[in-house]
Amino acid sequence: MSGILVISEHRQGELTPASLECITAARQLKAEKNQPLMVAVLASDSDKYAERLNLEGVDEIVRITTPEDEFQTDTYEAAISALISERGPTVVLVPHSVDAWIYAPVIAARENFGFATDVFGIRYEGDELVATRAAYAEKIHMELDFPGKNTVLLTVRGNTFKPAEGAGSAEVTDFALPDSETHSQHLEYIEPEAGGDVDISQAEFMLSIGRGIDDEDNVEEFQELADTMGFTLGCSRPIADSGWLPKSRQVGQSGKTVSNCDVYIAMGISGSVQHMAGMKHVPNIIAVNKDPEASIFSIARYGVVADLFEIADELRNNFE
Amino acid sequence: MKILVPVKQIAALDEDFELLEDGSGVDPDYLDYELNEWDDYSYEEALRIMEANEGEDVEVVPVTVGPEEADDALRRCLAKGGERGIRIWDDAIEGSDPSAIARILAKVVEREQPDVVFAGTLSSDHAFAQTGMTIAAELGWPHAAVVNHLELKPGDAKATIHRELEGGLEDRMTIDLPAVLTIQLGINEPRYASLRGIKQAKRKEIEVLSHADLGLADDDVGVQGSLSRLRRMVMPEKGQAELIEGTSAEQAARLTEIIKELKGVA
Repeated sequence: MSGILVISEHRQGELTPASLECITAARQLKAEKNQPLMVAVLASDSDKYAERLNLEGVDEIVRITTPEDEFQTDTYEAAISALISERGPTVVLVPHSVDAWIYAPVIAARENFGFATDVFGIRYEGDELVATRAAYAEKIHMELDFPGKNTVLLTVRGNTFKPAEGAGSAEVTDFALPDSETHSQHLEYIEPEAGGDVDISQAEFMLSIGRGIDDEDNVEEFQELADTMGFTLGCSRPIADSGWLPKSRQVGQSGKTVSNCDVYIAMGISGSVQHMAGMKHVPNIIAVNKDPEASIFSIARYGVVADLFEIADELRNNFE
Repeated sequence: MKILVPVKQIAALDEDFELLEDGSGVDPDYLDYELNEWDDYSYEEALRIMEANEGEDVEVVPVTVGPEEADDALRRCLAKGGERGIRIWDDAIEGSDPSAIARILAKVVEREQPDVVFAGTLSSDHAFAQTGMTIAAELGWPHAAVVNHLELKPGDAKATIHRELEGGLEDRMTIDLPAVLTIQLGINEPRYASLRGIKQAKRKEIEVLSHADLGLADDDVGVQGSLSRLRRMVMPEKGQAELIEGTSAEQAARLTEIIKELKGVA
């Protein structure tokens, strides 16, 4: 048993950034344990991606040619299981992506691998692999180990490791796709609705509201506040799910990333991983929340523990 | 048609909380228990199929793995619809990770023979996003996760679903039945239980089973039957946020200065 395997992912013809982040995580393990690093790619035209995966530290790129370019879970499960059983890696890293949410638990359960999801810390204590992940809305970290498991499969949290860079000199090999029955069929991708008047991914100054605003009737007050301050109004998932603001205003993993934002004021947002994925890169985050333990404070530059309605009233007076 | 809905009684932290000294978890004095938010949506989705097909004899059954207190989660579901629930627990199950919990739930599926299983995408306490798909792995059933749109009628051989992908993109696909689907927030608007429903739910039957009743051995469950083991829980390091203190007026005044400066209009 030896080696570290990364499963790379792609969508609509592009490798996902999370795949490149997994290579960085794998490179750190490689440095510690001096094991070869393999990266697998499953695609109808795997050459396209294989070239891009030839990054510093990668020893082998394994191409698996699939009938369709789109993700199909039965195909992924069969191919990845077969590859692991042939090569015997000790650690397999895959992105904690929506696709991996399907295939990773299934492979781990069928093959009896050690398994943990949404991992952001991976280290060895002696020969024992220890994975760190969060629980209770990021307020607690849990450290897991995998006694007696020869192979450990981990899904790696996005935006934790930097995407791998630097040209590599990997050997490119092919692995034959095993037969498998498929039970689902991709029909089409549906693009998210256009933002109407605003594209929050372009906004420089954002004021986002979350569950803390309590009631749909309060949305207007924060819209006014945002207008007065010259900020664009955004929101976290519960606000969009309730239909209080359009989906195009939602910041986070399943919404938008505010890539152009310089100042982000989060009001009544506790800070789920999914929300933070869309905004934690912003240089100036200001969090207003009544819960001093809210995880949003862990990434904020300025924190205000207070009743957000009182703060909103005062701010409006100050900016008027 | 039968729809089995695995649900979870999750633990939420109080504002102040402490870990147990041995790091094995949170001091239970600081925990409140409630039904996992995602399970509100999966149960609602099942009820809607039942109601849209009156006369077709659609049965919705909630099932949970947990101690006696977890009956609350089942009764919260039964207050909205459904006639009976199932709860599995015994001491050997303590320490199970999601893979061992899923093995137990898969046995319930074998026993109940539903046409489809709706689980929550993840649970808000430990957030593994693992249990639903692992049930499918144990059964060898078709499976899909993070479903935010579903078209399914009794007797269908396939369902049409949307998976919610990153960035708001959706994957429209078909999936063979029977299947295990995990349901995402926002797929519907869960109803509130009526007072009458809450009262009626108290009298509805909850069948209680042990792992042995389901034909599982002791080492199929608990830490032995798991793919991971909890070493310890720790408090994360505090962030570097500069806390702005004072009365609301003072806090807002300082915030105004900061915002104006950051916007370059000071």
